Order: sequence, then structure tokens, then C-alpha cells
Amino acid sequence: MTELRTEDRLHAPDEVYQALVDAHDGLSDAESRQLNARLILLLANHVGDHQVLAEAAATARSSVLTDRDG
Amino acid sequence: MPKAYVHPTFPFAPPPELAAGAVGKTTVAVVGGGPVGLTLALDLAQRGVETVLLDEDDTTSHGSRLICMSKRTLEVFDRLGAGAPFQKKGVVWNKGRLFFGETEVYAFDLLPERDQAWPAFVNIQQYYVEDFLARAAQATSGLALRWKNRVVDVAVAGDGVTLQVETPAGAYSLQADYVVACDGAASTVRHALDLPFVGRAFPDRFLITDVTMQADFPSERWFWFEPPFHDGQSALLHKQPDGMWRIDLQIDADSDPDAEVREENVRPRIQRMLGPDAKFEIEWISLYTFRCRRLERFRHGRLFFAGDAAHQVSPFGARGGNGGVQDADNLAWKLAAVIKGDAPAALLDSYEAERIPAADENILNSSRSTDFMTPKSPAIRDFRDGVLALARDHDFARRMVNSGRLSVPAVLTGSPLNMADTEPFAGAMVPGAAAVDAPVKGPEGHDMWFLETLGANFTLLIYGQQLSLTEADVDPGLRLLFAGPGGPDVMDHAGRLAARYDLRPGTGYLFRPDRHVSARTRRVSPEWVQAALARARGKAIQ
Repeated sequence: MTELRTEDRLHAPDEVYQALVDAHDGLSDAESRQLNARLILLLANHVGDHQVLAEAAATARSSVLTDRDG
Repeated sequence: MPKAYVHPTFPFAPPPELAAGAVGKTTVAVVGGGPVGLTLALDLAQRGVETVLLDEDDTTSHGSRLICMSKRTLEVFDRLGAGAPFQKKGVVWNKGRLFFGETEVYAFDLLPERDQAWPAFVNIQQYYVEDFLARAAQATSGLALRWKNRVVDVAVAGDGVTLQVETPAGAYSLQADYVVACDGAASTVRHALDLPFVGRAFPDRFLITDVTMQADFPSERWFWFEPPFHDGQSALLHKQPDGMWRIDLQIDADSDPDAEVREENVRPRIQRMLGPDAKFEIEWISLYTFRCRRLERFRHGRLFFAGDAAHQVSPFGARGGNGGVQDADNLAWKLAAVIKGDAPAALLDSYEAERIPAADENILNSSRSTDFMTPKSPAIRDFRDGVLALARDHDFARRMVNSGRLSVPAVLTGSPLNMADTEPFAGAMVPGAAAVDAPVKGPEGHDMWFLETLGANFTLLIYGQQLSLTEADVDPGLRLLFAGPGGPDVMDHAGRLAARYDLRPGTGYLFRPDRHVSARTRRVSPEWVQAALARARGKAIQ
């Protein structure tokens, strides 16, 4: 079973961040929300392994819940 | 009430217990004459088990209710000799279409493997289902149909179950060696024993309407997410016999149920869907909230629960009635084998071992479909709408679209009756799988379906090889079938059987009386057959 990799794997972190920013350029809030949903779905298919995805979702969720408790 | 169907009145006869003033006795009592109870009673009686069926009513279902009979259900009815009227009267369908807004997203085929006797589904109103099964039951000896017999109380003892029954002519007690409660989601038997029905209720409501009209929609399942005619909610259209159409419309969770089911409120909704010029008549209206729940145990000593009395699911997916028929199919041969002394009482433990996981699978699928149709937050709705939008161009998203995962027979993996494979096999016919059909020829060269050759008891299929093995050598209750490209018992002329079961010369399959695979091997020996049979009869259950 593959595990979620959370160590730094990005060769070009600025490019990755900029790609996310650019994707939302000129979109309404509703369109942006749809973009995020479709982006996650496309990446989920690329990952392919539902356990990796579940682990990523749990990691993100726990990060959000930490903010709540913070 | 439908106009094309006349509800029969089944005869009420004062039960003999009243005149005799004594407690009645029977081997098995089935409570409830719906599709599940009738299937079970028919199956038991055909296996020679003395059976009494008790139903509180004296006619068939009042509304169309369940309409989608799955391939497996039809195969069970056919095994019981009741298949023909479904073929004649039902609306055959194999395809579904999905729409998002105004556009079709994609179409899917539920029967990719053709060349089978029965289609993926036949649509037919529940009153016809009960009518056909009741007529078959009336023609079956050893089966007493007691209409207008209402069970009001139940007492379970170690050696049997006693039912208190009320009839228009008076009340009586009936003592049965075994009782099976098939009395639906509001089961009187379940309530009498105060057994909790645990699970999840969904706040969302669906309005179910049957209309009759002249229309040229094809025999397909059409499902809309956010259609323009229905304020962004879900809708489903299904064809039924007699020019009748089933229309399901999702309505707001906080709507007033009493107002929603009034015809003057339903009619404009349907008119918006069908267009301003459409002429139709409303035949039946029902409203329900979805529930996915089940009993913790399906067996309490000699009392069993089957169908909606044991488990309840949301209707999208046709898993309620079809799941219930699979319960009946699973239990009948086991009860018969134990009653006749062909199997130890432990065989009955396998009913729960097999049907609770099947119910959980139905509940899981049904809950997920409901969650997909009714997103619970804006963020979840974003994903749902994202899946539907991507589905236009991407196969992966199509496979995520969930408008109901339609009923397929449960694969009884992990059953204590299965013998694990010891050699590699390809394909879907693993131990626990329901036998798939294939076109074959019989001993005289006539066309047959493979499932017809299996009969109603254990069957051992041996492929491509004549062994000096006879029924008497291994077991008197076993049917032996030699198959191959040239027969002799089953002629696999087109090679479909070999392909679907991964058959090679020497391969053997053991099928149970309910036509599930219980064991298979590449080399049949009398010892293997005896071991597999013993296991399938529950002899390994502690």
C-alpha cells in the first residue's frame, strides 16, 4: 500500500502555487468553487489509490480542526 | 387505483383450528404474503415442506410500489415455475440514461454480458408480482394460503414458535416448528418482540407518482440531476406495463407531506416535467423519506426475518424487494434440508452469515446513492456537481455518478459454506457467486439456458471429461451434469459456458440449491465432492 507523501517533493514550488492562482483568474466565487472541486476530482483520479486520498483528506481535515481548536 | 388491473379477492376460509377449538400445528409458518413471503412459501412447499402462509389482507398490493425486478429475482421466480407471466407482462430494460440540467451526461448498460435468459431488469407493478406468485402458490400442494389471517403476537420457545392469529371468524393459536417473518418494514412480528430496527434516516423526501399516458419514451431508466423542470432537484422516470409510468421527484426536506401528496399539488409538477400539452392521469401517489436500517440479528432461535421486516433501504437501486427475494432464496433450501434431516441445524446459522453482509452491502450502496442525490452541505454539493460536469468528458467521473447502484445478487464471499479455491480460476464465478447464465444445448440438441439445467438441488458440473462417477457414488441428493462442446448433458456449443466459468477439461463446479457456486476444482474426485457437499450443508459450522 502506498502512503501519502508529505515530504517536500516540489521542484518548482512557486510554479505550482502560481498555477493554482492562475486557474482562478477572473472566475466568480461559484466558478472558483467548482474549479476547486473539479481539480480535486481530477487529481484524485490521477492518484488512483483511494487509501492515499483518504489519508490526504484526513491530514487536511486534522489541519482544519487544529485551527478550530487553536 | 389503477384501471387496467383488477384486484382479486382471495378466498377467506375459517381456519380449522376454530372448529376444532385446538392449537394448530405446522412445520413452517410464513408471515406476510408480499413478494418475499410468497417466494419463500412457494420454494418451501415445492421442496416438500408443509407450509402455512398468513396474510392480513385478501388481495394484492394496493399501489405499484416495487417495480424493478432484477435478473436474479426473475431467475428465482423462473426456478419456481413462475417466470413466464413476468416475461409476458413485464417491461424489459437494460439501459439507463443520466441527465444533468438539460443535457444527457451518459448512458449505461446494466447487462454487458448478453446471451442470458433474463434481462437486467423487468419493470412490473407489485400487484402483478403478488398476483403471479399467489396464483403459483394456489396451484402448489402442501401450501396453505390463509388470507385475512392477522398475526398479533409471537412467542419463541426452544422447540418452536407460537403465533396468535386473528381472523374475521375468530382468533386462534398456531404452533410452528419454524416461523419466517416477511411482513414488511412495519413488521408486526418485529414489533411484538420489541426488536430495535437500527440505522439512518434521511431528511429528504421523494414524491412517487404513477401516471398513465401515451408516450414514446423508450424502455430505459432516465434519471435527472437538477432538471430544468424540477427546481434543481432529482427526478426519475421508469416505464411500467399498461401504459403506466413511474415518476419520482425529490422534494424539499421541510415540505408539508400532507399537502405534497394532494393531486392538485402533484399535477403541476408532473405537467412541468412532461410539457404543457401532455395528457396524463394520476393513478397513485406516495411520499417517503429514506431509511437505511436493519435488525441486529435476522434469526431468533426458530424465528427468522426476511425482506423489509429484516432490513430497509432507500428505493433507488431496487435493492429492497430484490434483496428480500434473495433472502427467501437463501433460506428456503436450508430450512428444507434441516427439516428433512439432510443437513445439521447449524446450516441455519449460515442464513445470517450470508444475508447480513448482503443487507449491509445493500444499505451501504443505498446510503451512498442517497447522499449523492441529496448533498448535505454546499461543499459536498460542489463535489457532486463537479462529478456530473466532468462526467461529460471523463470516464472516471462517470463511474462516480451515483443515481442508484442497481441490484445485483450478493456474492457470498466469506460464507462458511464455501470451499476456498486451491487452484487459479479467472472470471467472476468465485465461490459464493450467483451462477451466471449462458446459452447451451440439452442432451437432445435443443436450445436451453444453463440455469435451467441446474434443477433445484445440489448440482455438480463436470466439464469436458467423463468420469466413472455416479450420483449414487457420491450422494443421492446430488445432480450430476457432464458438460462439454459436444455434451452429453449440457452442450456448450458456443463456448459461452466455458468462457464465463473458466472451464477446462476436468474442471468441476458445485452449485447449491439456490444456484450459488459453493466450490470448484480443476480435478474432480469423489473425496472432493463429498468434502465440498459436507461443507455446503453446514457440517463445518461449529
